[in-house]
Amino acid sequence: MLRLPRRPSTLAFLLLASLGTACLLIFALSGQSTAAQQQKLLATQALVAKLGLTDLALFTESRYTRHPTQADLHSALQDHPGAFDHFPTGSLLPPPALLTESHAESRLAVAGKTASPD
Amino acid sequence: MPNLASPWLEKQRHLIDFTLASLGRRKTKNLGLLVAYALLVFVLASLALFTNALRTEATFVLAGSPEVILQRMVAGRHDLIPPGYLDKIGRIRGVQKKEGRLWGYYYDPVVNANYTFMARPAEEVASGTIMVGATLARARGLAAGNVISFRSYSGKLFAFKVASALSPDSELLSADLVLLSEADFRAFFEYPAGHYTDIALSVANPLEVRNIAAKLAEALPDSRPILREEVLRTYQSVFDWREGIVLTVLSGAILAFVILAWEKASGLSAEEKREIGILKAIGWETGDVIRMKLWEGLLISLTAFLLGFVGAYIHVFHFGAPIFEPVLKGWAVLYPRFTLVPAVDGLQIATLFFFTVFPYTAAVLVPIWRAAITDPDAVMR
Repeated sequence: MLRLPRRPSTLAFLLLASLGTACLLIFALSGQSTAAQQQKLLATQALVAKLGLTDLALFTESRYTRHPTQADLHSALQDHPGAFDHFPTGSLLPPPALLTESHAESRLAVAGKTASPD
Repeated sequence: MPNLASPWLEKQRHLIDFTLASLGRRKTKNLGLLVAYALLVFVLASLALFTNALRTEATFVLAGSPEVILQRMVAGRHDLIPPGYLDKIGRIRGVQKKEGRLWGYYYDPVVNANYTFMARPAEEVASGTIMVGATLARARGLAAGNVISFRSYSGKLFAFKVASALSPDSELLSADLVLLSEADFRAFFEYPAGHYTDIALSVANPLEVRNIAAKLAEALPDSRPILREEVLRTYQSVFDWREGIVLTVLSGAILAFVILAWEKASGLSAEEKREIGILKAIGWETGDVIRMKLWEGLLISLTAFLLGFVGAYIHVFHFGAPIFEPVLKGWAVLYPRFTLVPAVDGLQIATLFFFTVFPYTAAVLVPIWRAAITDPDAVMR
């Protein structure tokens, strides 16, 4: 019959050792996806390349949250010049990088219209 | 059995035995602290694991998206690409492939959701048929062979046969997609002939992308090139931002825990003071008392950290992070169902470890040292 160790330190050591082993396993396995996961990721990447997708379908409630990378620069004020968002996601999406960059940096950015002031 | 452990190790074990017995005497208080501590680590680690896994997955899959998307702007708004626009690009060196894309949005009042309609070549999707994303198929109860009708923006009703649903593996990107033939797309949205939504460009040399974008902007002043690196950067910042928002919301709880832990660790109860006095009176050295309390701090904080971290891993990668899903994913009606590939950022977890385990262990020491160096008689009184 299995006898439980009498000393509390042994129990504590066993608990910490098993939790520590679980943590080490998590770290050891985190970089290695299984064959099924790898296949899934590659299939998704292939679909993205085939269809030319640009965005995650996480926030589908409006066009500027569905495709934040493709939305036009005035999307938060899309209805009329004084209108803010009416979707909660809008408050959780960051402002466009353009607005948070310094002027000097934004002048260096490529892409004609992306570099012009909003 | 002979005791093979060194005297130092045996001494530490006795100290730990004593510490655990002492903790056991104030079981409810210490267990409460351990649970609150582990919960805090659980919440913070879940957040870090979830956003890091989403960020890693987004970066991996979006690496396949077009190098450059070219939009046309009219009065600061995205407009259609007119006929002949594509030909102007043909002369720019380094552009390997250019393709006019047709896509748009459709609001479905049946489920109050937005779909993304996208035209595909006739050899992929036959006229009169559509391919739908797995989330959409689930929301509308669609399967291959079913017929579905959509009322177009002009009021006409169009019926399509579902050829197939897209693989649920790619739901994170294709949740709301409706793929249909070009002819159907143009008829449904009454798109003018020869016009496109935007242009996708392939560039052979990745180092050339910025130059090509600059040339495009010069040749077509009304265009707005969007580079793949900008797309990837947007997603990095989206998840950084969301992580920050949740952390801000949680900051109240974090502060409450800091106060609780500080109160517990730095303020000694009369009972604890008496205990230290007795230990010193029976011959314990100041160093032993400090060592015992150090073990107490380390045992509580290490157990809480490990429990919280392992719990967070299971929560995120086995149960799909149900606690954070609504905040991190958005409020959309069409909600992709996906399991993330485990990705752990060692630095992020090491930071969490440092900011949870060390402060508590250190906070335990100061008052103990103060109590341990005073006269036992004064402490016991």
